[in-house]
Amino acid sequence: MPFKRFVEIGRVALVNYGKEYGQLVVIVDVIDQNRALVDGPGLVRHQVNFKRLSLTDIKIDIKRSPKKKYLIAAMEAADVKNKWEKSSWGRKLIVQKRRAAMTDFDRFKVMLARIKRSTCINQEVAKLKKESKA
Amino acid sequence: MGQFRFHQYQVVGRALPTEKDDKPKAYRMKLWATNEVRAKSKFWYFLRKLKKVKKSNGQILAINEIYEKKLTITENYGIWLRYQSRTGYHNMYKEFRDTTLNGAVEQMYTEMASRHRVRFPCIQIIKTATVPDELCKRDNTKQFHSENIKFPLIFKKVRPSSRKLKTTYKASRPNIFK
Repeated sequence: MPFKRFVEIGRVALVNYGKEYGQLVVIVDVIDQNRALVDGPGLVRHQVNFKRLSLTDIKIDIKRSPKKKYLIAAMEAADVKNKWEKSSWGRKLIVQKRRAAMTDFDRFKVMLARIKRSTCINQEVAKLKKESKA
Repeated sequence: MGQFRFHQYQVVGRALPTEKDDKPKAYRMKLWATNEVRAKSKFWYFLRKLKKVKKSNGQILAINEIYEKKLTITENYGIWLRYQSRTGYHNMYKEFRDTTLNGAVEQMYTEMASRHRVRFPCIQIIKTATVPDELCKRDNTKQFHSENIKFPLIFKKVRPSSRKLKTTYKASRPNIFK
């Protein structure tokens, strides 16, 4: 199985441990085998161990260690935010966040919606069963 | 990342003024220690070896911590050191890639401890310098100089996002392939 996601300058990664958990960052330089210099909008540039990063499929076009404004321009050009939110991984995370932020009233509304949906489905199924019997 | 075990101090000291010599020469030294007290002690250790002055007949004029100016650039640090092994003293030159000098020094101490079983008291740092890419000698640092560096992470360690979520048993096998 060949590898598809590489650690390289411009690779977008998700932080999966620690203070910046859940944030998208860009690998701006590789320090050594275990660490990368990482940067993102709203973040100070700092080093992160690869153990804390999950590489994504998105890669932007930057030179090694670009200035913050060039990094942000490149991120806009590659449309990282939209690509991420449209990707299946990104969508799953958004749904997880929504579910975690639900109140009891939200859960009640979801329950009603589920009941409605399943009654619609069951009605159709009953119709189809009747037709196939007849 | 701002937590370093080893801090860099600049220590300035001289012998106490006497009737024979009321303006003794002051000596300055940059050294690494875990705290200021140890830095002062290390200063006297080195000064004793170079000049005829001890802590009892000398005074520390100043001790300041030296902080790294820029934390956001990766540098190659070359460290020249002298260490005591079980059989004698040896000199060594090591290269490290890091963002700060303190980080590189900490890497050096941990590497000496693991590779050569040499502990902190037995290591003397002779010189440190930032080395430009062309002058690096070690292949291990040179391999990270390429502009188009690219490598996969071949083993994804699956771990919970915080230690609170750690459990002994998991419902499914982890996927260690990226």
